[in-house]
Amino acid sequence: MPTFADNGDGGCARKILLKAIAKALHMTHSNADDYLRMYRQMVRIRTFEDNANQLYLSAKMPGLTHMYSGEEAVAVGICEALKTSDKITSTHRGHGHCVAKGADFKEMFCELLGKEEGYCRGKGGSMHIADQSNGNLGANAIVGGSMGIATGAAFSAKLLGKDDVAVCFFGDGATAQGLMYEVMNMAALWKLPVIYACENNGYSEYTRTDEIAAGSITARAEAFGIEAFQVDGQDVLAVNDLSQKLVERCRKGEGPFFIELMTYRYHGHHVGDINREYYRSKSEEKDWRENRDPITRFRAWLVEEGIASEEEIEAMNAAIKADASEAVEYALNAKYPDASEVDMHVFTDVEHALA
Amino acid sequence: MRNITLSQAVNEALAEEMRRDSSVFIIGEDVAEAGTPFKVLSGLVEEFGTARVVDTPIAEPGFMGLAVGAAMTGARPVVDLMFGDFIFLIMDQLCNQAAKTHYMSGGKLNVPLVLRTNLGATRRSAAQHSQSLHALVAHIPGLKVALPSSAYEAKGLMKTAIRDNNPVVIFEDKLMYNDKATVPEEEFLIPFGEANIKREGEDITLIATSSMVQVCEKAADILAAEGISAEVIDPRTIVPLDEETLLRSAKKTSRVIVVDEGHQNFGITGEIAGRINEKAFYHLDAPVVRMGAMDVPVPFSPALEDITVPTPEAVAEKARLLMSGEMIHAA
Repeated sequence: MPTFADNGDGGCARKILLKAIAKALHMTHSNADDYLRMYRQMVRIRTFEDNANQLYLSAKMPGLTHMYSGEEAVAVGICEALKTSDKITSTHRGHGHCVAKGADFKEMFCELLGKEEGYCRGKGGSMHIADQSNGNLGANAIVGGSMGIATGAAFSAKLLGKDDVAVCFFGDGATAQGLMYEVMNMAALWKLPVIYACENNGYSEYTRTDEIAAGSITARAEAFGIEAFQVDGQDVLAVNDLSQKLVERCRKGEGPFFIELMTYRYHGHHVGDINREYYRSKSEEKDWRENRDPITRFRAWLVEEGIASEEEIEAMNAAIKADASEAVEYALNAKYPDASEVDMHVFTDVEHALA
Repeated sequence: MRNITLSQAVNEALAEEMRRDSSVFIIGEDVAEAGTPFKVLSGLVEEFGTARVVDTPIAEPGFMGLAVGAAMTGARPVVDLMFGDFIFLIMDQLCNQAAKTHYMSGGKLNVPLVLRTNLGATRRSAAQHSQSLHALVAHIPGLKVALPSSAYEAKGLMKTAIRDNNPVVIFEDKLMYNDKATVPEEEFLIPFGEANIKREGEDITLIATSSMVQVCEKAADILAAEGISAEVIDPRTIVPLDEETLLRSAKKTSRVIVVDEGHQNFGITGEIAGRINEKAFYHLDAPVVRMGAMDVPVPFSPALEDITVPTPEAVAEKARLLMSGEMIHAA
């Protein structure tokens, strides 16, 4: 297995390599824009999640939600390598994918609160949030449930002669589902332009994944002849660089590919999963937050490379925060769907299914 | 007019739609050169190639899920599920994914997908290759369900299904593949939600689906010889259901038997009987009677299997009881 980057233990060789890459690219204007956009998108995800968590804690949000905080570099690194018509499938922990694929705060918070102006008109909520117009085929609340959908999107791209690529986001927990192996087999047989992106945050809900996953995750993809990579999911540049290469190769008919992105979720399985020391320690959480945070790391790099000053970054953060607050306020005051919507959208050709 | 088999009718419908629309493709196990174990698809791969008649591994959830994604992104898959019994394997992709995508996306994503499969016992195939499981999918909002009862319906309903922008499940009666019926040469479609009055009658209504339409027509012959005039109605699709035609007949005859090859408990027969009770109660002279398949796993031995499915004689016998008023006392 080609190891693109280490697991984020800050190896010296890797640092030197990253610096070399940065120097080599050295900062044409468009690259600087790309880097700043990546930073901005990561902060937007973190800010969205902080607000979502507050909405939950203040009992203003119906139901539960699963926080993406800590995993931002995965969604952003990959989605920044995609074009709008490329497809993604998302998961119950899907706010990050949604933001990264181009969604706006206003419609997202409206969806989170079950309001009419939400992306799904309030019918999906947190677990099904998706901005469909940007190629997001939906967030799936069945673990591993979208493996077939992403593979099918790649199949139709090939059948219909489009050059779109599909990315299937899923967690390490989903690697236990049989569906994954069925569709990887077909994707490999038919050389489909799909990238399976395994966000390995180490935990399958409330259980350590090493307790329930035998062998190597990447080796499972390799068994089908699928090229598999492991990458530091806290390093947005490493993720983006690998993704760009693989997306390009997919477009040339060299897919499918499999990426295992080593990452971490800062919150519990969902926002209500507060007391979790029975499955993971506070010191482990602290270590990831303090030493491996994707936003902190990338921010330091941006400053070090002279791409942005601390002041510019602070201004960017503040603007995003203000943007989010405004969107939350808007969503809190937005209207709920009319009761007559309850039997709409059951079928495409029947306005009211129960009429 | 010519007579063709149900198998040929399905094949023609698929070929015509694939010629008309290049986004239509067939996917499933042994659909290409093998043309399925029932040979329904023979010849299609020769015309449309392996890119559009796609043989899959034996992985029902996988190819069903793949089809859902293809349908969401501009293709129109016709999924071939070799036996209706395998529907249990694909339930998540069919019911949690395909059925709910349009709704959960607030109407923004569509799943124009056809799932072709079959139903029907008495083929000596035992409990895992003989079930009639259409009630399971009819229970899930977002899925349309068609039950062709002859070659004519099989062709017209299939063409409508392929053009529908919703997931549609079509159950063909696997014992009927070689049965011939008159099917027009010129193009035709059968709209969903329009029941077909197979035979008009005055005394009793027999509502029958799929394989049970023939059974009820035979029962009506038996009854006619005894001076009882039975009306036979085939709903053709159970989602949507042409309630109006069923209720009109129930009100006219005042006695109804609902006959379906799915298990009787919690099944199609109970659903239709319930609706007639709710909406035509004061027009009825007797309780609406359900006749489904016996509530046992389908047995292998012919001596046992044949008694699990309603027969013309059994339907006629129930009709006689209803006519004589005995069912009122029994209730």
